[in-house]
Amino acid sequence: MSNATSKLSAPPSPLIEFWYHFKSHLGGLIGLVIITFFLFLGLFAEVIAPYDPAQIFPGKATLPPFFAQGGSMEFILGTDDVGRDILSRLIFGGRISIVYSFLVVLLSGTIGTSLGLIAGYYGGAVDRMTMRLVDIMMSLPSILLAIVVASILGPGLLNTVIAVSIVSIPHFIRLIRAQTMAEMKRPYVTASKTFGASSARQMFINILPNCMAPLIVQATIGFSNGILDIAALGFLGLGAKPPLSEWGTMLADARAYIESAPWMVTLPGICILLVVLGFNLLGDGLRDALDPRLKKS
Amino acid sequence: MNVPIIKVQNLKKHYDIKGIFGTTGIVKAVDGLTFDLLPGETLAVVGESGCGKSTLAKVLMNIEKATAGEFEIDNKNGFVLTAKELQSHIQMIFQDPMGSLNPRKKAWQIISEPLLINSKLTKTQCRDRAIEMMAKVGLRVELVDRYPHMFSGGQRQRIGIARALINHPKILICDEPVSALDVSIQAQILNLLMDLQDNLGLSYIFISHDLSVVKHIADKILVMYLGKIVEFGNTHNVITEPKHPYTKALIQSTPEVGVRNLIEMTPLSGELPSPLNPPSGCHFHQRCPLATDRCKTEIPILTGKFGRQVSCYNI
Repeated sequence: MSNATSKLSAPPSPLIEFWYHFKSHLGGLIGLVIITFFLFLGLFAEVIAPYDPAQIFPGKATLPPFFAQGGSMEFILGTDDVGRDILSRLIFGGRISIVYSFLVVLLSGTIGTSLGLIAGYYGGAVDRMTMRLVDIMMSLPSILLAIVVASILGPGLLNTVIAVSIVSIPHFIRLIRAQTMAEMKRPYVTASKTFGASSARQMFINILPNCMAPLIVQATIGFSNGILDIAALGFLGLGAKPPLSEWGTMLADARAYIESAPWMVTLPGICILLVVLGFNLLGDGLRDALDPRLKKS
Repeated sequence: MNVPIIKVQNLKKHYDIKGIFGTTGIVKAVDGLTFDLLPGETLAVVGESGCGKSTLAKVLMNIEKATAGEFEIDNKNGFVLTAKELQSHIQMIFQDPMGSLNPRKKAWQIISEPLLINSKLTKTQCRDRAIEMMAKVGLRVELVDRYPHMFSGGQRQRIGIARALINHPKILICDEPVSALDVSIQAQILNLLMDLQDNLGLSYIFISHDLSVVKHIADKILVMYLGKIVEFGNTHNVITEPKHPYTKALIQSTPEVGVRNLIEMTPLSGELPSPLNPPSGCHFHQRCPLATDRCKTEIPILTGKFGRQVSCYNI
């Protein structure tokens, strides 16, 4: 037997194997490029951004971008209503939007997935209690609930993250609970039980990987919701405080100038669009690369 | 002769049917089974769907808790053993070869799962053991890193068998192991099971509805009807001279090529009665061609010398 064993090469490392499957997914690669681009901008914002995002240039308010009439290369993407450089604000704002939405997904995803797994796995009273709580939370408009939580915790970006996370937890619970209940009926779970698998092993090693596809999709949706909810709270004065730049706040502040200076609304909007699109594409690629059934051999 | 490796006494599994106002009925899925299994022996459990065969498997695997009765395995009370203790004695092969394998795991991870859970071997050691096991069940070892959906039905069932045997149990419960496979593959899997039995000294509880499969592999046959044993005996005796009218009907309904059925009888009419509301007397009397008035009121008891038992008044 030993010579047969040695003939087989060691299994490829999971990361290399993952990349092998991921690189053939065009959408996923495009998403990865977009996200990497924005992450790069955010990471090296101090070096890349031409100006301080909070610096006000008196007398240079509402300048259009360079390609429009009246624009100049001094302010490549123009300036806003008080005369701050939009490009610098977008670069610094991306940092906040991406990092904090990512935190939202991480926090709500981890808590929601765990609670959903527990509710679906144990059933009975645990399940009923969790689901009634979810029902209560879902019966309230999510932004209203986020406002309540944020006002209790007090303003500030980190509190915004907590508020938005709490609001998105029920979606994860519902999704994972339903998926868990479906997986529990499959014989491979029964088989593991007969080998003496612990509940933790059943939940996190056997069932959770089989819930990955909808979970990744939900996470990408949660990411875009996170950006928008953080923006909404910022608009209401519960999130990022001026002069801190943040895409949602920029978008909200520029609403009044949508006719006179459309670039002020459009540019942060395009950034949000690109990042949300990038994450959705990336999520698609991740889902396909992580699902052995969809892999090309 | 030999000491039985499994002793089952008066085993019962009843399910309560719960309505809004509490329990509204009881389904007696398994109702008073008594049998022994000797080492190296194959006991076939035969019956229509819904007769309680699979429930029996679940109770013996401790997936479902028995309502009453005794179950001894290797002279230990099987009902008090934990899953970890039980799995070193008894393992199960499932009916659905695809569904019983985790689609997210590679072949070696699936096969070595009992080891990963119950031993302190490293992953590399587990993988080597899985490769060893794959060779034993006739799988090419190059397939060790494949996922379940890349295998054929027969190969998947071989993975299931390898997984069941990796921790050296003495007993295998095979719950319809070949019913989901092509006929040509069925023979391969049955031959594999018989070879493994010879090499490893395994005992099988072989659950099936297909008598043509059972007569190749079984030493003894236990025929079940609505949770009760209606006939028990050596395979040869039961197949060639069935005594219970239900067994006769089962044998007659098994198609065979080139052989005329020796027992002339009209096929069974009607369906298996609802286990929620079983007929009075002998559960089979409504479908039985030999039924008398006595059958409608009195429940026949399993009688006969040990090794050949029938529960019928009209034999």
